[in-house]
Amino acid sequence: MKLFKEIPNIDFMSKSKIAMAISLLLLLAGLISLGVRGLNLGIDFTGGTLIEVGYQESADLDVVRGALTDAGFGDAVVQHFGTSKDVLVRIAPRENTSSAQLSTQLLHVMEGTSDKTVEMRRVEFVGPQIGDELMEKGGLAMLTALACILIYVWLRFEKRFSLGAIAALVHDVILTLGIFSIFQLEFDLTVLAALLAVIGYSLNDTIVVFDRVRENFRIMRKGTPTDVVNNSINQTLSRTVVTSLTTVLVLVALFFFGGELIHGFATALLVGIVVGTYSSIYIASAAALMLGVSKEDLMPPEKEGENMDDITQP
Amino acid sequence: MLNKYPLWKYLIIITVLIVSTLYALPNLYGEDPAVQVSATRSVQVNQSTLAKVEAVLGEAGVKPKSIVLDERGILARFNNTEDQLKAQDLLFDTLDTAYVVALNLAPSTPSWLRDMGAMPMYLGLDLRGGVHFLMEVDMQAAVQQAMNRYRDDFRSVLRDEKVRYLGIKHEGSVAEGNAYIRLKFRDAEQRDEARKVLNKEFPEVDYRNEEEGDAAYLLASLPKKEIDEIQKFALQQNITTLRNRVNELGVAEPLIQQQGVDRIVVQLPGVQDTARAKEILGATATLEFRMVDEENSVATAMRGRVPAGSTLYRERNGDPILLQNDVMLTGDYIVDSSSGIDTQNGGPQVSISLDSKGGRIFTNATKDNVGKLMAVVFIETKVDRRMIDGQMTRVKRKHEEVINVARIRERLGSRFQITGLDSPEEARDLSLLLRAGALAAPIDIVEERTVGPSLGQDNIDKGFASVVIGFVLVLAFMLFYYKGFGLIANLALGLNLVVIVAVLSMMQATLTLPGIAGIVLTVGMAVDANVLIFERIREELREGSPVQKAIDLGYGKAFVTILDANITTLIAAVVLFAMGSGPIKGFAITLSVGILTSMFTAIMVSRGIVNLAYGGRKIKKLSI
Repeated sequence: MKLFKEIPNIDFMSKSKIAMAISLLLLLAGLISLGVRGLNLGIDFTGGTLIEVGYQESADLDVVRGALTDAGFGDAVVQHFGTSKDVLVRIAPRENTSSAQLSTQLLHVMEGTSDKTVEMRRVEFVGPQIGDELMEKGGLAMLTALACILIYVWLRFEKRFSLGAIAALVHDVILTLGIFSIFQLEFDLTVLAALLAVIGYSLNDTIVVFDRVRENFRIMRKGTPTDVVNNSINQTLSRTVVTSLTTVLVLVALFFFGGELIHGFATALLVGIVVGTYSSIYIASAAALMLGVSKEDLMPPEKEGENMDDITQP
Repeated sequence: MLNKYPLWKYLIIITVLIVSTLYALPNLYGEDPAVQVSATRSVQVNQSTLAKVEAVLGEAGVKPKSIVLDERGILARFNNTEDQLKAQDLLFDTLDTAYVVALNLAPSTPSWLRDMGAMPMYLGLDLRGGVHFLMEVDMQAAVQQAMNRYRDDFRSVLRDEKVRYLGIKHEGSVAEGNAYIRLKFRDAEQRDEARKVLNKEFPEVDYRNEEEGDAAYLLASLPKKEIDEIQKFALQQNITTLRNRVNELGVAEPLIQQQGVDRIVVQLPGVQDTARAKEILGATATLEFRMVDEENSVATAMRGRVPAGSTLYRERNGDPILLQNDVMLTGDYIVDSSSGIDTQNGGPQVSISLDSKGGRIFTNATKDNVGKLMAVVFIETKVDRRMIDGQMTRVKRKHEEVINVARIRERLGSRFQITGLDSPEEARDLSLLLRAGALAAPIDIVEERTVGPSLGQDNIDKGFASVVIGFVLVLAFMLFYYKGFGLIANLALGLNLVVIVAVLSMMQATLTLPGIAGIVLTVGMAVDANVLIFERIREELREGSPVQKAIDLGYGKAFVTILDANITTLIAAVVLFAMGSGPIKGFAITLSVGILTSMFTAIMVSRGIVNLAYGGRKIKKLSI
């Protein structure tokens, strides 16, 4: 089966202005939401205590809430987790109570809310200082990854490509974060990992297009840079779509069958891959073009003067 | 000739296939519920222990699947968890408390695989259940304790040397790193005298003079090097103490590790009762030095007639010993202890340093007892959970044990040695215990992650399901989209999965839930290399290249693209590994391994199969 019978001939670049405008609008929406509402940070970053317990039958959240309030945990956030038998309780870090005792106390309260045994499924406590550190480390990891990639693409390709690729990555990261902010999805460590994987994935896509652009600049004697870029995107389009599709397939499997704990991770990657596929077509290449990438920039210096036809027709 | 691989390339592929299959195999065998009996410091697990364990189990009619004795202790495997739990209760009640009886899941890898070093992947706590603690040592308290010790030492040294001072106090703050001790003297002459004395006794301290009006002052502060030393020692001491205590918990494969400069990671797989774990890890151990009662007979005491003023104790080898009730010194005064070699006779020895107050007490206590026997008693408060009237109750139990008996050869001061130990190991153990009894800097739990056993199993099941479903979806899609070549890509993808599992098993990397997600993601991305190649081949065919040439060009042209694309992803994965922690590291590892193995399978293996199927023949049409 083929997605396209012939290599498609879509004039992507003529619509790049519209695409850019849409992207800018989305970025703005994302940034505003990040600025106003911020991220719904998980306890990995805020610090605090989280307890997940499994009841033998459906649990009444009001009963649990009441018991917790009576025990002095009025600020606890109580919710079902996955099924109605599983209950998740979250408590902000508090001063003057030893962290170690807090989770033990909470567990006791929860045990008191049912006649049958309540099963402890998960306890997480993260001290506020650790939360800050993880946040700092995460941000640092993101910047380091971007810097390393910038350097690699610069060395392997050219600085305009490098900047184009980074523009696309920043675009992907902000949009994904924006979606997490707008829908107030919980942002925890696994989502941060997914975000870094998105960077890797989106870049993968971008590099494939760039690689083709470089190749085409060398073999297409006629045609403006815009034509070359358009051609390259068209030539790699079926690959882009097929690979995105296979990745989306496994992510859908992960989303539906991987369990509650991996939900955020799968969501971030799904969003990231859709955005990343789009950005490698519209943002990365268009940015490189706008920065004025040209045939001369990509000519390997040592091959100057060589007959280009020799490369295409050996 | 086009599309023919030399023999050696096929050999490489076959070798990787065989080796990977073998090393991935242990993961299919699952695990047996088992009970592990291991020794703590004072006992040994040997043939007679094995015989006893077998007898106890035999009497109760609990039949183990297998029972073996190796260097780590006795491992008894059972057919089901019911037998396992029963066996643990039985052994816990009958064996001496010095043995650790731990529940464990032992991989049921056949011995021929084990002999090759093939082991299943190591499961992270989120998959097998257990507790993870991150503890922080209160370094400021450690430094403050040291400063207090110096203050006391200064006092006593000056008193001993008959140097008069008007006052001594702490100033500045440890938190801001400018703490010092201020000593006040009547005049500069006395100050200089004091400085000489103190400098001789404590050369590691920085001294500074200050005058104000008539009075002269001496300011003593700790240099950075000394503070680093104190902090390093505080951390080491806490790790030692924790290690000892974890033994009490009966954990099969505990992990206690330094992290950064002031943190300790404790991972206890399989432990569910976190409250008890916290109590035991936070328990206190003390030491007491006592004189041995050499006048009364141990045998008489054993018959129940313990003389007044003495108590019957047990040594580490189980021998009874009679000690006087008067405590000469407690472990709080111990500043440091280390094991080494006795310069006089070359035997192992333990050096102990006491603070000056302890030194004085000890000098007084030992001067009349030269030639007599002195014992060191190690005391720990343990918390046990016992069924009492059908209810789980916490029972505090004082555990006392004589860890060393030595003859006092001379009057002892603040620094002395214990010699005549049997082995360097014994010396090391003893020095560790002495330190454990010493005053340690307080530690705080700053992170706790506990995963119950059912959630762990859930995570494994769900992870496995998503890998299988994702894998099948991709296989179906590739077969549908690329037909013959799709099948080849699928074979490569299947092998890729085997190689990833094999590599992770060989590395004994920890598999976590995000790690499984990494594997799933790799499955999706691994086909990318094949997609790139196949699209290129289609393009070449479209442009009218002959079949064999199209295959060759397709692989050739796609290679650089694949390399570039994968290296950039690898960069992201490596950064993630370097900066991530815990489960995130697991994700980074599987992602990195997956990228590398997929390059091999998607390029070399798939090419090998293509060459085998199509190479060197006249073919009109490709199934692509």
